[in-house]
Amino acid sequence: MIPVFDLPTLWAFVIAFAVFAYVVMDGFDLGIGILFPFFQPGQERDSAMNSVAPVWDGNETWLVLGGGGLMAAFPLAYAIILPALYAPIIAMVLALIFRGVAFEFRWRDPGHRRYWDVAFTTGSAVATLAQGITLGALLQGIAVDGRSYAGGWWDWLTPFSLLVGVSLMVGYALLGATWLVMKTEGAVQNHSYRLAGKLAVALIGCIGLVSAATPFLSGAYYARWFAWPQVLFTAQVPLLVGLCSGTLLVSLVRRWEYWPFLLTLGLFALCLLGLGVSMFPHVVPNAVTIHEAAAPEASLQFMLVGASVLIPIILAYTGYSYWVFRGKTGHEGYH
Amino acid sequence: MFDQFDALLLARFQFAFTVSFHFIFPAFSIGLASYLAVLEGLWLWTGREVYLNLFKYWLKIFALAFAMGVVSGIVMSYQFGTNWSVFSDKAGPIIGPLMAYEVMTAFFLEAGFLGIMLFGMGRVSRKLHFAATLAVAVGTFISAFWILSANSWMQTPVGYSVNEAGQFVPEDWWAIIFNPSFPYRLVHTVMAAYLTTALVVGGVGAWHLLRERTNRGARVMFSMAMGMVAVVAPLQILAGDMHGLNTLEHQPAKVMAMEGHFRSHPEGAPLILFGIPDQEAGTVRNAIAIPKASSLILKHDLNAPLKGLDTVDRANWPYVPVVFWSFRIMVGLGFAMLGLGVLSLWARFRSRLYDWRPLHWLALAMGPAGFVAVIAGWVTTEVGRQPFTVYGLLRTAASASPLEAPAVAASLLTFIVVYFIVFGAGTGYILKLMGKAPHPGETGPEAGLDHPIRTAGITPAPSVDPARTLGAEA
Repeated sequence: MIPVFDLPTLWAFVIAFAVFAYVVMDGFDLGIGILFPFFQPGQERDSAMNSVAPVWDGNETWLVLGGGGLMAAFPLAYAIILPALYAPIIAMVLALIFRGVAFEFRWRDPGHRRYWDVAFTTGSAVATLAQGITLGALLQGIAVDGRSYAGGWWDWLTPFSLLVGVSLMVGYALLGATWLVMKTEGAVQNHSYRLAGKLAVALIGCIGLVSAATPFLSGAYYARWFAWPQVLFTAQVPLLVGLCSGTLLVSLVRRWEYWPFLLTLGLFALCLLGLGVSMFPHVVPNAVTIHEAAAPEASLQFMLVGASVLIPIILAYTGYSYWVFRGKTGHEGYH
Repeated sequence: MFDQFDALLLARFQFAFTVSFHFIFPAFSIGLASYLAVLEGLWLWTGREVYLNLFKYWLKIFALAFAMGVVSGIVMSYQFGTNWSVFSDKAGPIIGPLMAYEVMTAFFLEAGFLGIMLFGMGRVSRKLHFAATLAVAVGTFISAFWILSANSWMQTPVGYSVNEAGQFVPEDWWAIIFNPSFPYRLVHTVMAAYLTTALVVGGVGAWHLLRERTNRGARVMFSMAMGMVAVVAPLQILAGDMHGLNTLEHQPAKVMAMEGHFRSHPEGAPLILFGIPDQEAGTVRNAIAIPKASSLILKHDLNAPLKGLDTVDRANWPYVPVVFWSFRIMVGLGFAMLGLGVLSLWARFRSRLYDWRPLHWLALAMGPAGFVAVIAGWVTTEVGRQPFTVYGLLRTAASASPLEAPAVAASLLTFIVVYFIVFGAGTGYILKLMGKAPHPGETGPEAGLDHPIRTAGITPAPSVDPARTLGAEA
C-alpha cells in the first residue's frame, strides 16, 4: 500500500491548489471580461475594468505555475495531456494575449478603443471556453499509447467537453458578477445583482448536467462515486453543492454583499473536490496514475524545498495586499 | 499532404518564432529595470529632478514592455508540452524544477512589487518605493538566472542519470544548475540585455538631441547610455570570446559551424570572414579568410591544429549556413557597438557629446541593434545545438509531440498573425511614447493625457480610491 502522503500525492495537491488559486484569482477577472458587453459604455465599464485591471498579470502567474508545476512534477502527464488538447491550449494562450494587452492598449489608443474592448471580451470568453473544454476533454478520457498521446487532433471536441466549456463560462461570469457586487456601489452594483441572479440559476443547472453526465463517462467514475461504503463520503459532495447553491440564491435575493462571491468560490471548490473524487489517483483518467506520471523523487524533493518556503510567502503577500486594498472601487479610480 | 518531417519543421519554426518574439521583451526589460533602479537611486542621492523625470519617462515604456513579456511568456510555458511532449517527458524532471523555481522566485517577486513600482510613488515612502524598484530589477535577473540555467543544461548536460523510461533523473542539482556553459551564457546574455537597453536609451536620447539640442533629459540619458555602451561593449566582446572558448570545449561542432570549418586544419585554421557555406558539398564558397587567425583566436597559437566538421558524423551536423551567418551578424554588430562607444568617448573628450550630429545619427541608427544582435546570438547558440534538444543525448526529431502537420501549420499561422497584430501595436505605442521628448514635471504611468497603464502585478492599489487606502493615512 502506498502511504497517503508520499511526494507524488503531495505534489498533486500542490498543483490542484495552484489551479484553484488560479480559478479564485483569474476566474473573476475573466468573468468580468465575458460580462463586459452587458455593461454600459462609460462609467459602468470603467468601474468594471478598474476593479480587475491591476491584478490580472499577478493572477496569471498562477497559470504559469500550474503549467510549469505540472511539467516539473508530472512530466509524463504534461507530455500526454498537452498534445491531446493542442487546439484548446493554443486557443487559450492566444486569447490570454489579446485580453492581457487590451488592458493596456485601450487606454493608450482611444481611437481604437472599441477594437481593444472587443479583443478584451473575445479573449476572456475564448480563454474561458478553452479552459473548460480542456477540463471536459481530460475528464472524458484521452487515448494513450505507451508514453504518449495516441488520439487525433479533434478528439477533444465532444458534446461533453463543450458542455463543460460553457459551464465554466457561466461560472466565471458569475464570479465576475459577484465580485462586482462586492466591489462596486449604486447602479453598477444593482446591475451586477441582476446578472448574478440569472447566472447563479444557470450555473446550478450546469453543475447538475455535468455531474449527472460524469459518472456515465466511464465505469471507474461510476464505481468511485457510488460504490459502498465510500458513497457515504462521496454523497457529501452533492449535498454540500445543494446547500451552497441554496445559500447562494438566498444571499443574492437578500443582498448580502460579500456572500455571493464567497459562496460561488465555495461551489468551485466543491466542483474541484468532485473532480478529485472522479479522477484520483489518476492524472490521465483510466490511463496514468499520479505515481506513474510523477517525476523522480530527486526532482520532487528539490522543488518541495522551494515551494514550502515560497508559496506561503507568496500567499501571505497576496492576501495582505488584497486586505489593504479591500473596499469599494470608484468608477474614476485614481486617475 | 504533409508528412512527419513537415510537422517537425513546422513545430521548430513555431518555437523559434514565439521564443524570439518573447526574448525581445525580457532582453529589454532586464536592462531597463536596472536602469530605472539607477535613475531612482541617483534621484534619491542627488535630489536632482532630471533623474526623477527620466525615471517616470522610462517607467511608462517599461510597463508596456513588461506586459508584452508576461503574455508572450505564458505561451512558452505551455508550448513545451503542446509541441515538444517527448522532450518534456524525458527532460521534464530536470528542466521542470528549474522553471518552477523561476516562477516561484522571479515571477511572483516581480508581480508582487510591480504595482508599488508603477503606482506607489507618493503613496509609500521613498525608501519603500526604491526597494520595490530594486526588487523588480532583481526579479528580472533571477528570472534570467533560472531560465538560462535550464537552457545551458540542454547545451551542456551534466549531473544526471537515465532511468528505464528514458527520463533524465537529477543526481546532483548543484552540478545541473551550474553546468559548464551556464556561467558564460549568463554573463554574456545579461550583458547583452544591458547593451540592448543602453542602445535603445541612447537612440531615444539621440533622436531628441537631434531635434532639441538643449533638452536636459535627453542630454542626461544620452550621456548615461553612451557611457554604458563604452564600458559594456568591450567587456561583452571579451565575455563572448570566453563563451566561445567554453563552447569549443563542450560543443566543438557548434564552433565549427560558426567558423565555417568543414575541413580540419592540422596546421593552423584560417578565420573565414565571409563566404557562402554549402552544407551539401561541405565547403564554404567564395571564402575571404585570414590564414591561421582562427587558431590564434580559439587556441591562442597560430599553428594549433583545429578539427573540422569532417571529424563529426554528418548526422550530427548543425545547419551551418544559419549558424555561420547569425554568428557574423552578432559579431559585426558587437564591433559596431564598440565603435559607437569609442566615438562617444572621443566626443566626450572634445566636449562635443551633445552637439556632434553624426554621432547622434549613428546612435539613432544603432538604437535597435541590440535586439538584432541578441536574436542573432540566440539563433547561433540554439541552431548550433542542433540536431539535438539535449546536446548529444536527445535528438530534436525524437523530441516532438505526435501531432499532425495541419494542426501545427494552423497554430503557427495563427501565432504569426496574432503576434504581428498585438506586438506590432504594442511596439507602435512604445515608439509613440519614445517620440515625445522628456520634459520637466514628467507624469508617471498613473496619470496624464493617455490614461493609466494597467499592469500592476498582485497589488490592486490603483483600483481603489487613494483616500481609502491605509497608505493615505501615513
